[in-house]
Amino acid sequence: MSAHANLERRRQAIYGWLLLTPALVLLSVFAFYPTMSTLWSSLFSRGTRRNPVEYIGTGNYTELFADPTFWIVVKNNLLYAGVTIPVSMAIALAMALWANGKISARGFVRTAYFTPTVLPMIAAANLWLFFYTPGLGVLDQIGSVFGLPSINWLGQPETALWAIIIVTIWKEAGFFMIFYLAALQTIPEDLKEAADIEGTSRWTYTRRIVLPLLMPTTIFIAINALINSVKLIDHLFILTKGGPSDASKLLLYYIWEMAFAFFDAPQAAAMTILVIGVLAIVAAAKFLYLDKRTHYQ
Amino acid sequence: MKRFGNFMDSFGAILLAVIWISPLLFAFWAATHSTSDAVNLRLFSPWTMDNFIVAWNGAPWLKYFINTFSLVTVILIGQFILVTLAGFAFAQLTFPGKDFVFILVLMQLFILPEVLIVENYVMVSRLGLFDTILGVGMPYMASAFGIFLMRQAFKGVPIELHEAARIEGCGLLGILWRVYVPLAKPTYLAYALVSVSTHWNNFLWPLIVTNSPETRPLTVGLSIFGAPENGVDISVISAATLMSVAPLLIAFLIFQRQFVQAFLRAGIK
Repeated sequence: MSAHANLERRRQAIYGWLLLTPALVLLSVFAFYPTMSTLWSSLFSRGTRRNPVEYIGTGNYTELFADPTFWIVVKNNLLYAGVTIPVSMAIALAMALWANGKISARGFVRTAYFTPTVLPMIAAANLWLFFYTPGLGVLDQIGSVFGLPSINWLGQPETALWAIIIVTIWKEAGFFMIFYLAALQTIPEDLKEAADIEGTSRWTYTRRIVLPLLMPTTIFIAINALINSVKLIDHLFILTKGGPSDASKLLLYYIWEMAFAFFDAPQAAAMTILVIGVLAIVAAAKFLYLDKRTHYQ
Repeated sequence: MKRFGNFMDSFGAILLAVIWISPLLFAFWAATHSTSDAVNLRLFSPWTMDNFIVAWNGAPWLKYFINTFSLVTVILIGQFILVTLAGFAFAQLTFPGKDFVFILVLMQLFILPEVLIVENYVMVSRLGLFDTILGVGMPYMASAFGIFLMRQAFKGVPIELHEAARIEGCGLLGILWRVYVPLAKPTYLAYALVSVSTHWNNFLWPLIVTNSPETRPLTVGLSIFGAPENGVDISVISAATLMSVAPLLIAFLIFQRQFVQAFLRAGIK
């Protein structure tokens, strides 16, 4: 019997590793190895015709920290995250509460909220271009009705990043709404009935019962929103290209620019490592702290 | 009072919905009117299809459509194969090192392929896949998210079915193919919808690895077509934008319920 169990165990091990191999090969080639080689290449200087590549330790990082643009980009990305995460989540929650309630035209409302989610960011940027263009854009047209001067939303440093932020919120909120909607539908009806019998106001019911029950969903959405605040940069290519004078440049865009426009791969690698570091901290926080309540196993 | 509250709710919800949909409506309006009518918001100006014709003739859209279509197909097929095998191994087999590898896979959820563009570009070029559809698709095939999703789906399959198939003399791969895969069909559908819409819309990575109209997907083609330095006017850009989102948008409107359900299933991790 034990010989049989042994055989079975060995068979499972062989099959297990065989089945994992294709996925592991691709993950190694396109995730693990690149991560390591990014770290490695961030320690070497950029090779030019006169100066060959050489090991410079943390040289790229010191250079990066001395680069004023880098700090502008970091600040921009913090503002981008700091605004898009809470605002899109709050709008998503309002959308979900409405889309879950007894309102007229619910089907239309849900569709309208969710539609931006299925559009590519590039297309979304093109749609918003029509709003932002000075003189011709819809915003200017509406403004001129009220006698407001024409504003170049994308062309001036004070407004460019905000214009980008609005597009991101518009794109994200409907997506996050779906998760809130799903969570809302799991809240038992009798809680609402009990609250009604007690004469609880709607505000108190929402604040004391609904919001606490939505907490796990909120955390899940917050992590997604945080990742998106690194990832969602496609619209920069259409709307501002990070300008004017870096006012709307975000980290991933800067990495792209560094590597593919300025051809400074080591600097881009150093920046990539910093971003991966931040994402790793988020990941660790999620797995160590938040997953106590979840059901992985 | 209560009825007034309901009215205010409906009003707020519909107002927000109208605001949310308005960029799309304006684009539609701009695309179907001449540029000067569109920018001056002349509400009763005549409709026209000219912008679509100009846009269609301005770039090899048909090629772009075919490229995007092949891209999402290649990615989906690759993902289905890899994710099924790995998901099954994680869900139903016990072997040493499994938990460690699973954590490695989960880590990939956070190390986004988007962040590794520089090194992945080097890798794809080294493999000779630069400017090929396979090169655009490969980094996404071993999707950690998909592996996780299939693992959860396969864990829900009753062990009795597995045992019964084995007693009937079915091998391990046979059991996977005949028992697990059919039972996980809804999960596959959900995953397919999420995957297709993600990669239909993906931009940064295809921008980096494609270099010719032969491989360029729609999003990259659209960004080049609409670039300000090309001086294309707003009505034509709107027409091109609507054209390139139309297949996915129409599919979404028809299969709305399935779409939303798919995204939901995909999100519950």
